[in-house]
Amino acid sequence: MNVSLLTSLLSITLRAGTSLLYATIGEIYTERAGILNLGVEGMMMVGAVSAFAVGYHTESLVLAVVMALLAGTLLALVHAFLSISLRANQVVSGLTLTLFGTGLASFLGQRLGPGGSRLVGLVGPSLGRLPIPMLSDLPVVGSSFFDQDILTYGLYGLVPLAWWYLYKTRPGLYMRSVGENPQTADAMGIRVSVNRYLYTMLGGALAGLGGAHLSLAYTKGWTENITGGRGWIAVALVIFAMWDPLRAVIGAALFGGINAVQFRMQAAGTTIPAALLNMLPYVATILVLVIITWWENLRKRIGAPAALGVPYAREEKG
Amino acid sequence: MTESRTRESLLRMKGITKRFPGVLANDHVDLELHEGEVLALLGENGAGKSTLMNVLCGLYRPDEGVITVRGDRVDIQSPRDSYDLGIGMVHQNFMLVETMTVAENVVLGLQGLAFQPELRRVKHRLEELGDQYGLKVDPDAYIWQLSVGEQQRVEILKLLYRDVDILILDEPTAVLTPQEVDDLVEVLRRVVREGKAAIFITHKLREVMLFSDRVTVLRGGKNVATRSTSETSPEELARLMVGREILFRLEKTTCEVGAPVLVVEDLEALNDKGLPALRGVSLTVRAGEIVGIAGVAGNGQRELAEVITGLRYAVGGDVHVGKTCITNCSPLRAIQAGVSHIPEDRVGMGLVGDMSVAENLALKAYRTSELSRGPVLFPRRMKTFAEDLIDGFDIATPGPGTQVKFLSGGNLQKAILARELKACKGLLVAVHPTRGLDVGATETVRELLLEQRDEGTAVLLISEDLDELLEVSDRIAVMFEGEIVGVVPTEEADIDAIGLMMAGEQPEEEGAAG
Amino acid sequence: MRIVFEKRQEVSHAIRVLVPVLSLVFALVFGAFLLLLSGVDPFAAYAAMAQGALGDVHAVAETLVKAIPLMLTGLGVAIAFRMLFWNIGAEGQLAMGGLAATWVALYASDPLPNWSVVPVAVVLGMLAGAVWAAIPAILRAYLNVNETITTLMMNYIAILLVSHMYHGPWRDPEGYGFPGTARFPEVAWLPRIYDRAHAGLFLAVIAAAILWFVLQRTKWGFELRIAGENPKAARYIGINIPRLIIKAMLVSGALCGLAGVCEVTGVMRRLQQGLTVGYGYTAIIVAWMSQLNPWGVLLVAFLLAALLVGGDQIQMAMGLPAAMGLVLQGALLFPMLGGSLFAEYRLRIVRSGPQEALLPQASLAKESES
Repeated sequence: MNVSLLTSLLSITLRAGTSLLYATIGEIYTERAGILNLGVEGMMMVGAVSAFAVGYHTESLVLAVVMALLAGTLLALVHAFLSISLRANQVVSGLTLTLFGTGLASFLGQRLGPGGSRLVGLVGPSLGRLPIPMLSDLPVVGSSFFDQDILTYGLYGLVPLAWWYLYKTRPGLYMRSVGENPQTADAMGIRVSVNRYLYTMLGGALAGLGGAHLSLAYTKGWTENITGGRGWIAVALVIFAMWDPLRAVIGAALFGGINAVQFRMQAAGTTIPAALLNMLPYVATILVLVIITWWENLRKRIGAPAALGVPYAREEKG
Repeated sequence: MTESRTRESLLRMKGITKRFPGVLANDHVDLELHEGEVLALLGENGAGKSTLMNVLCGLYRPDEGVITVRGDRVDIQSPRDSYDLGIGMVHQNFMLVETMTVAENVVLGLQGLAFQPELRRVKHRLEELGDQYGLKVDPDAYIWQLSVGEQQRVEILKLLYRDVDILILDEPTAVLTPQEVDDLVEVLRRVVREGKAAIFITHKLREVMLFSDRVTVLRGGKNVATRSTSETSPEELARLMVGREILFRLEKTTCEVGAPVLVVEDLEALNDKGLPALRGVSLTVRAGEIVGIAGVAGNGQRELAEVITGLRYAVGGDVHVGKTCITNCSPLRAIQAGVSHIPEDRVGMGLVGDMSVAENLALKAYRTSELSRGPVLFPRRMKTFAEDLIDGFDIATPGPGTQVKFLSGGNLQKAILARELKACKGLLVAVHPTRGLDVGATETVRELLLEQRDEGTAVLLISEDLDELLEVSDRIAVMFEGEIVGVVPTEEADIDAIGLMMAGEQPEEEGAAG
Repeated sequence: MRIVFEKRQEVSHAIRVLVPVLSLVFALVFGAFLLLLSGVDPFAAYAAMAQGALGDVHAVAETLVKAIPLMLTGLGVAIAFRMLFWNIGAEGQLAMGGLAATWVALYASDPLPNWSVVPVAVVLGMLAGAVWAAIPAILRAYLNVNETITTLMMNYIAILLVSHMYHGPWRDPEGYGFPGTARFPEVAWLPRIYDRAHAGLFLAVIAAAILWFVLQRTKWGFELRIAGENPKAARYIGINIPRLIIKAMLVSGALCGLAGVCEVTGVMRRLQQGLTVGYGYTAIIVAWMSQLNPWGVLLVAFLLAALLVGGDQIQMAMGLPAAMGLVLQGALLFPMLGGSLFAEYRLRIVRSGPQEALLPQASLAKESES
């Protein structure tokens, strides 16, 4: 494999994996706090459409990104309210969120164009590449790692921050206890509901951001099904990452890599039918999940936060 | 025991009332606690002891009543408030996060904890406290690695770390060996020496006499008496607790013992954490006899019951019921071989809460020709079947169609018993069958077990209540760390010897079979 | 002051029925809001929807066309959900059913006797759906792999496969540029009742009846309900849960596959775009709203279909986005989810007084439920 191919693959991998990694880290935080949010796909969708719409109309990328964060947060708030305060079934609530979010995004996509027309096919502002001076001249690493858009750069900071917050700070400690054993956390004076609301909303914000990256940087523009199931792959990656932000990087890289390979093969004009290539990420997700689950069954030590998906209620006669 | 002299009143609860749907848990209860004393809160299950203490530590809000700490009226709205007042509780179910270390658990929720917690200082202080009060524990250990006794030490350390003055312990000795109980007494003594005080909740008379300076008795949600421990007796306390004279012995006839029904040979199994739980257990239970398994919880009893009933995999050894080998067969095979199981986890395993009483009573019998033919089930027959059992076992329920989750604890257990005894064809495995039941229900259950034995069933009884084992079983086997360390016929049983075996010591006197 | 939820003593049946009704009202209100945003008079819009969906026999027939696949997939999803098996793969199972039926129609209609073509298509379609569901089921039953994700991934794979087939190997050479297979021979057509409404309706009703019977009157159904309510107890009484999961999923997949067969042989009579339009996802809403009750599924499916058809009508008449119906569906389920809490708990407002004695609490809950 020659250097330029490697560089190109690396570059695409990073770009393709960015939206996935944002969503995955968001969901890791949500699940670590004990809430299962299957609405990631819906949140990414609304993030993507709102970012593009705002970007198109205001020409401001900053506003676009802010809108995406907001949209994801609001949607997650609905799920949080249902799951935490009303103790609804989290699986169904999350699924509904995806359905609703996807439908809403589609609806908005047909309405938010100029004069109420469609957004599809329009060209809006996009996040350009920002090569970092000096570093981007390095061989291989330079043009791949240091020649990306700002959201990808954002991850370079977010990932270590996410890891540090989770394991080395007081709020991270509290969050973990809320997800593992809410009764204990409550008894120790930690506010379970507040924590869960916070991190669910954070998860939504990051998912929205991931969606924004798709419509502003990766695919540039709005199409139906822009996420192509990435939200679901993110949920799978959380399991793959064993709820750890650093391991999430490996997962996102893996899928970014698959996308990159698909890309290159299609560009090179392969004889493998497009459909088969397109199936790769989904088949890979299943395989990854099977392997990880099987391996975890053997190890039994690290697993999902013990109280994941279980509503917490204090005033129960026990 | 320290001499009684007038001490400062540390805590006063007046007129505390707490209602739950359908239950008046606390009915205008008064309680007083003085500096430097250990107060026992005595009562049967359901008397309201835990509720009262949960009110004190902010987990429940009382509907009426006033709490005064050191003379000032206080309003406790949350666990944080109670910690601020210097009140802390060690619950029966430990409030610990298993996947975190001791140090992390101790600092959870601590006031003034730094944004980046500096655990070194915490660990140092923990070691200091450990020396001061005799509570040694490794601050870097993960909770799941610790024994139950060590976990309890962590719970107490949590309170001491927060300068708690009023320590509440809920049934602290339920999970301890006799030696660990002695250690706990010593710890409490040291703690109250400096002006702190402790309340411990119990239903065991022996502990009240052993540990406490004063005792408050609750019955049916009301405070019925408060005594100075040195001025009362177990008999008086028992009467106050129960409201009537209780029989300490059941009528037990000697029974003809028949052929071996359950034969367990060299059984080996792992527990949920992958560590050995059974290390070569051999045991025989014959028709018409009750064999009791004594031992502190966590020494393999649960795993033994699970292997016999097909719920756990055995890595070595055999289980035979009658002539059938059921080692590592499914639970279904065990049931077909005649094994009935009264599980430890009543509501979680033995019943389906949202289903009706009739459906729950049919859980074992639905496969038989009585209630079904081929694939088809007959709900009407199920109803009649259920009505028979409800009458026969005197289960209090609005009707066979009521959802079983609305039944009281005693009736839930009766329902399970009814179902299992009806289906029993040789062997009954009963695990903690009277746990959490009031005296009336307990008596009933024990009588039913004896009846079953009189009819020729082999019964394996696992219980943490030594009195119960002595009362009901014909032989007692003691389990310690996954092995049977001694089997004694009940008539010759010596409680002290059994207690020693439970703690892993071999008694030196004669009369204890090894 | 705090709002506290207190567990009810008995389940309130009144609330059980009230909740779906209220959520429907809420959805309509929310929809009205969206309509207003789009500059449309909500009353006129809703009236047009009702007219378009149920106004005359033709409208009802069109509603049925959408209702039948929802009924079948709804039943399939309901069975899976009863076992707490989150089958999100109804869409893919439907697709595979349609794929199999297409194969029969295009390649097996000649060799087979005429009367048998449709039954064979039905059988093979159900088989295909069952197999497609069995894969995630086996992974979950024996390896404990999360079924939400696997079933969903299978959807994408199935949809891509179907698309590939009618764009490629099975494409109609005389198709005038429209991607799709050739029209099926008449022997492979599922008979229609009125307009485009087809015999799949009978199949759906029969399926519901069988399902009801199985759940309430058979040992297997009893075991299914137990395993869904309390898996620990199920194991304790000797139920083989892995096998139960697989059996339940085979049925679930078969029903969804049947939906695909009906779409392909009854409605479209070819394989083309329009097979996978989201029935499998809407089925989740149908199943949950009907509280997993087979008869409820039929009713809710019909109502939801009316919503979709009505939505189509006003979209064309008033130039509204097609996604309107999708949004309304989501809006329907949220209050349902929230409302289910009230069936089990009731509301109490707890007043906390000053440092004086705590006041007796005022209970806001209605005391009238039986």
